Amino acid sequence: MTQAGLSEGHAPATSRRLGGPVIDGLRDLRDLFRLLGRTLSLISHGKREKGAIVEQMYFIGNRSLVFMCITMGFIGAIITFQSAVQSQRLLPDLTMLGATFIKLLVRDMAASLGAMPLATRVGAGIAAEIGSMVVTDQVDALRMCAADPVDYLVVPRFIAATLMGTAVLIIAGAVSIVSGMLIANGMFDVNFHTYLNFSMVTLGDVALGVTKMIAFCAAIAIISAQRGLATFGGSEGVGTATTRAVVGSSFAIIVLNFFISGLGYFFVPS
Amino acid sequence: MSRETLFALPARVGAGILSVADQVGGMTLLLGQALRRLFPPRVDRYELVRNLHRMGVQSLPIVIATAAFTGAIMVIQAAPLVIRFNARAFIGWGASFVTFREVGPLLIALMFNGRVGANNAAELGTMVVTEQVDGLRALAIDPIGYLVTPRILAMVVMIVALTVLGDGVAVIGSMITGDLLLDVHPRTFIASALPMLGPWDVIVGLIKSAIFGLMIALTSCYFGLSTRGGAPGVGRSVNASVVAAASGIFVADYLSTFVLG
Repeated sequence: MTQAGLSEGHAPATSRRLGGPVIDGLRDLRDLFRLLGRTLSLISHGKREKGAIVEQMYFIGNRSLVFMCITMGFIGAIITFQSAVQSQRLLPDLTMLGATFIKLLVRDMAASLGAMPLATRVGAGIAAEIGSMVVTDQVDALRMCAADPVDYLVVPRFIAATLMGTAVLIIAGAVSIVSGMLIANGMFDVNFHTYLNFSMVTLGDVALGVTKMIAFCAAIAIISAQRGLATFGGSEGVGTATTRAVVGSSFAIIVLNFFISGLGYFFVPS
Repeated sequence: MSRETLFALPARVGAGILSVADQVGGMTLLLGQALRRLFPPRVDRYELVRNLHRMGVQSLPIVIATAAFTGAIMVIQAAPLVIRFNARAFIGWGASFVTFREVGPLLIALMFNGRVGANNAAELGTMVVTEQVDGLRALAIDPIGYLVTPRILAMVVMIVALTVLGDGVAVIGSMITGDLLLDVHPRTFIASALPMLGPWDVIVGLIKSAIFGLMIALTSCYFGLSTRGGAPGVGRSVNASVVAAASGIFVADYLSTFVLG
């Protein structure tokens, strides 16, 4: 870190290497919040295409349902199996297996574990679609027609992803309870009635779980749309944008989960 | 009810099954071809090193951040149950067991799929669409030995290495959160984990993550190389590759939990 290096107007190499990613990250975050702000303000007074929301709801919701039910079904089976095997090592009583699993599922796992595959599916779809529109100059064409791309492309996807994503996550969570119940019954002789024990679930748990779902789905939509709109560099750019959308949304889910769970621990006691 | 509507559903289900069978068959053939290049080794060494760096070393920050947050979240979620059953003495064992066996390999595979799998499918797809793969063939360079085998090797090696690191970071994350949230001293945490964990717990997790890595590698290479239809086709195959790999990871996780458990 010589004086000459500073006087040339360049930061020293080490601090540049450390600071560069931080500045990039903050810039990304600023862009995301700017897009979120514009989307939210356009929801109330935007003028968008008729039927666009319904179409997006079909693509985001109905077309992801089978995939999500399969993945969450397997998750329910895996978690029940693992926790039953492990709790048998400590205490032979499996009557609380279902109640504990359902509580954790409602409070966290239906939202967080479900949102990861949903981010892969919905996020990649949104980013690839908007990205290829950017690369083929269709977004510029929209601007030339005085149509706001955010109003036209982002708002319907945001509304559709938030509503349908939450609905799909709730259905997939229910599927994982059913698959966990089948495994518990088939392999550990826990009868259905004992397993389906909702006594540990409180209203606060449900509220916390649904809050998480809405937050994760909104984050997936905004991040993927932003990555899609920021696409550059031809077809290779679409691939990069898709990658960044999936990684960005998955990471956002984990960070949001950390903060919402932390708040939930203090404000929604169980 | 006309014939068309009567047979519409079975036809769609059948078409879905056929296309899945087609993809699984294609991936198995690709795996066979890629493995044949290993005996005797005909793998491009420079490509292997480049992919190891690009896929492994450059994924390090995101994997470490993911693992640290995940470790913390696990303890936050378990905290009410731990207090209720007064199980502070078991939190160290519980958190490390879950990390090693399930959560570590699974979450790192999902991240790896999004970052490396999608990127790989996009790269190979672009090469196919711009006829660079045909160019390789014209230069008498074997595309499988040059493009596929190094990538499969790099992904399997690097996902296992990243899982080792990620497991460690996640356990440290839960240790710190346990100390702050539940007043479980790190020494208590370790003391509760060590006697009940065996090397087998870590090995099972690493075997799982190697299977996930192979799955991601095969899916992304297969979908990348079978790209058709110009630039929009690249976006489609990236999408298909990521989704197929994600569902493959969950199915493989389920099966390996039973086989290795």
